[in-house]
Amino acid sequence: MARYGMVIDTRKCVGCQDCVIACQAENNVPEGFCRDWITTESQGKFPTLQLEIRTERCNHCTDAPCVSCCPTGASHYHDVGGVVLVNHNECIGCKACISSCPYDARYIHPEGYVDKCTFCIHRVEKGQDPACVSVCPTHCMYFGDFDDPNSKVNKLLESRKHHSLIPEAGTKPNIYYLI
Amino acid sequence: MNSLSRRRFLKITSASFGAAIAATSMSTVVKGSEKIEEKSGKKIKGVQKIPTFCDICFWKCGAIAYIKDGKLWKIEGHPEDPLSNGRLCPRGTGGIGAHFDQSRLKAPLLRKGPRGKEEFVEVTWDEALDFIAKKMNKIKADHGPEAMALFSHGIGGNFIKHLMKAYGTPNLTAPSFAQCRGPREVGFELTYGDVVGSPERTDIKNTKCLVLIGSHLGENMHNTQVQEFAEAVENGATIITVDPRFSVAASKAKHYLPIKPGTDMALLLAWMNVIVAEKLYNKEFIDNYAFGFEQFEYEIAQYTPEWAYIETTIDPEVIRETAREMARYAPATIIHPGRHTTWYGDDTQRSRAIALLNALMGNWGKKGGLYNPQSVSIPGYPYPPYPKSEKGAADNPHHKYPFAEGAEKISTGLREATLTGDPYPLKGWFVYATNLTQALPNTQETIDAIQKLDLLVVVDVVPSEIAGYADVVLPESVYLERYDDLNTPLFREGFVSLRQPVVEEPDDQKPNWWMAKKLADKLGLGNYFPWKDVEEYLDTRLKSAGLSLDQLKEKGVIKGPEQKIYNDANNPPNFYTSTGKVEFYSLRLKEVGFDPIPKYTKPEEPPIGSFRLLFGRAPVHTFSKTQSNRFLSDLMEENEVWINVDVAKRMGFKNGEYVRLKNQDGILSNKVKIKATERIRTDCVYMVHGFGQRSKMYRQTFNKGASDSQLITKYKIDPLMGGTGMNVNFVTIEWGA
Repeated sequence: MARYGMVIDTRKCVGCQDCVIACQAENNVPEGFCRDWITTESQGKFPTLQLEIRTERCNHCTDAPCVSCCPTGASHYHDVGGVVLVNHNECIGCKACISSCPYDARYIHPEGYVDKCTFCIHRVEKGQDPACVSVCPTHCMYFGDFDDPNSKVNKLLESRKHHSLIPEAGTKPNIYYLI
Repeated sequence: MNSLSRRRFLKITSASFGAAIAATSMSTVVKGSEKIEEKSGKKIKGVQKIPTFCDICFWKCGAIAYIKDGKLWKIEGHPEDPLSNGRLCPRGTGGIGAHFDQSRLKAPLLRKGPRGKEEFVEVTWDEALDFIAKKMNKIKADHGPEAMALFSHGIGGNFIKHLMKAYGTPNLTAPSFAQCRGPREVGFELTYGDVVGSPERTDIKNTKCLVLIGSHLGENMHNTQVQEFAEAVENGATIITVDPRFSVAASKAKHYLPIKPGTDMALLLAWMNVIVAEKLYNKEFIDNYAFGFEQFEYEIAQYTPEWAYIETTIDPEVIRETAREMARYAPATIIHPGRHTTWYGDDTQRSRAIALLNALMGNWGKKGGLYNPQSVSIPGYPYPPYPKSEKGAADNPHHKYPFAEGAEKISTGLREATLTGDPYPLKGWFVYATNLTQALPNTQETIDAIQKLDLLVVVDVVPSEIAGYADVVLPESVYLERYDDLNTPLFREGFVSLRQPVVEEPDDQKPNWWMAKKLADKLGLGNYFPWKDVEEYLDTRLKSAGLSLDQLKEKGVIKGPEQKIYNDANNPPNFYTSTGKVEFYSLRLKEVGFDPIPKYTKPEEPPIGSFRLLFGRAPVHTFSKTQSNRFLSDLMEENEVWINVDVAKRMGFKNGEYVRLKNQDGILSNKVKIKATERIRTDCVYMVHGFGQRSKMYRQTFNKGASDSQLITKYKIDPLMGGTGMNVNFVTIEWGA
């Protein structure tokens, strides 16, 4: 089995939002919506400040509440890599998943179904990186398989301090941020 | 006698193509035939990939456009292109939005109402060009060809530039000199006999210590530089960031120096004081290549870190520590020369100080320092010689600015000549792809100058503010729909890249080469455009270099032979200064009465209750030309005014609240949102340039955010080269939307 995920180096990220636009263009995301976004957190008092700039998206959680709460089974784990996907045809737009997601990663597409990051599974299955990863001018994002002990993503987690977002929600997110 | 040769790029750096082409292993990206089928209207199923290069900024990154089922889908970096390395910046990725932009100009427009009222009628291309030709002929007959000026920006201006030269005017300019990198180029030329150039010759990816003074890489999204910056950060390079604002680059720094605005020169002098006093400089380089080091050593002794502390508010120990750190990694240390350097009016001297600090590192031609850029040579098209102007250019009357005598004219000098008639009146402006009301300081002066003209032609893709004042507006095809001239920059490696159409224009827009050729015919200058179309022009140039257009259409980018970019024992540096050395003491400056060694001038203090107005860039916009691109405006629709959070609290302003800024001359800005933040000093405010446009035709941008250019009524002119120092305005914050 594979468990796909991302490791993102916040030291390299400059918050340029290229990942946001690449995703919108690649996936034809409707105007005014996005599947990924940038968060900037600052700590301290001027001039002794620390900034963490993060590119964020669906965490493709291993224990995803959006999957367990979906009444129709539209939200599901994909056979490959455990990627969390929404089957648009089965989605009734009830928004239960939107309420359950601790990361606010989902939105209602103007056509009525719920939409979100797919890890660009259509690219991944062809051996390419997700659009956001392959566009990044700072090379701050790494996509890979956490079940493969030799994968670059696992090596990065072994060698650098990192954190995930809202781990206390207990959803087992699959995106880690190097600090 | 002081005329500079700064635009004379060294011939020795450019190599010609030869057998080396065969050695470049480029995979074929697209078959030429696919393109032709698409053009002939057959809808192609599936995905086509067409190489080109970007135009959302002027960096010219190689790209590959994807057409899916006959429709423009996305654009990605060209993997073989040395500028993009397969990755575009957010603006480049959002570039497809330029093609779909709902605000685009659709047909030529002729003015019907008073200038600036934006009352136009649509006309045919013939009518528009006939009107222009008639006016241009009259201007030539009444005042001579010099009375026409061209303001252009970017490679797209090349054919119109050629037309204006053929017409006979020497008044060709771009804001990129006197409003941007001019002081830097003159400062480096005076010191090293060579310019920094664009892209900058900074070997950032190999550096061990990078000093950024006001450069906000990451927000300023020059693609290759940002890529290399991230690489340097990953490799653990020491980053030293000097900025009144805690920029993104500051957040990556080991040392952040929150300098008082306007005092950078004091910091530079103190750094050099420490390096000289503690003998940390590269002795071998100084012994071999420095001119006037003794005088410099003597003069620099007065600028102690304690002296600089009073000016800059930077702790003397931090000044010492950072100076030592720079020296520790030399020559793999870069003090970045910056790009937008027109700040305080003494900018050429500040750039000279930066050049000298780099010289103390001995980093010229060194890995991790300032490399020797390379290029390939593609001969120009064999045109007839241009007519010679007897009057000469109007931008610098009476040689007022002794070091502004190169090919790049002073844009604001031409505006001044238009206003005053000195040295002679300018009667017509041709404006290509530069929104002068935002690009030049003091919007009102630009408008006043325009009112003196007999002809204003604006070529643009959207109804920019300047278009609202034009007599004739010519709608241009966006870069995805046209050919432009070849790109052969000086960079890490020599290469040529091609911009080619990937989709057709949605309406009656035309490419600039077509406009220039048509207009030339109507002006009786057809002999300067002997080629049938741009493809013939490009093919002729490429064939003379042993290449062909078909080849380049397929590959997008062709690299030249590998050349050395670093100096070594067998290949020592040459300095094309008057002394043949790096000039710590400048005889040329001394000769015309300027400081031969840079000195510090105290900046004016903001009055109590006022803040110094600073401006910069955002990663998702270029100047004022991308605000209606839906991908880019989605991410940033308007700018904000950054103000220190404690100051905002004390004044009672909340985050997100609309205010207006009022400058020292009583000019009131558009409404703009407060960004109350820890990330800025208390004595200045900051905003991103390019917003607050007031063109009603340009609906998506109308009154969104505030314009810094409007508030910059005051500018301090650099006495060496005529650059306009723009960080000298003070604003108060006024309630009310």
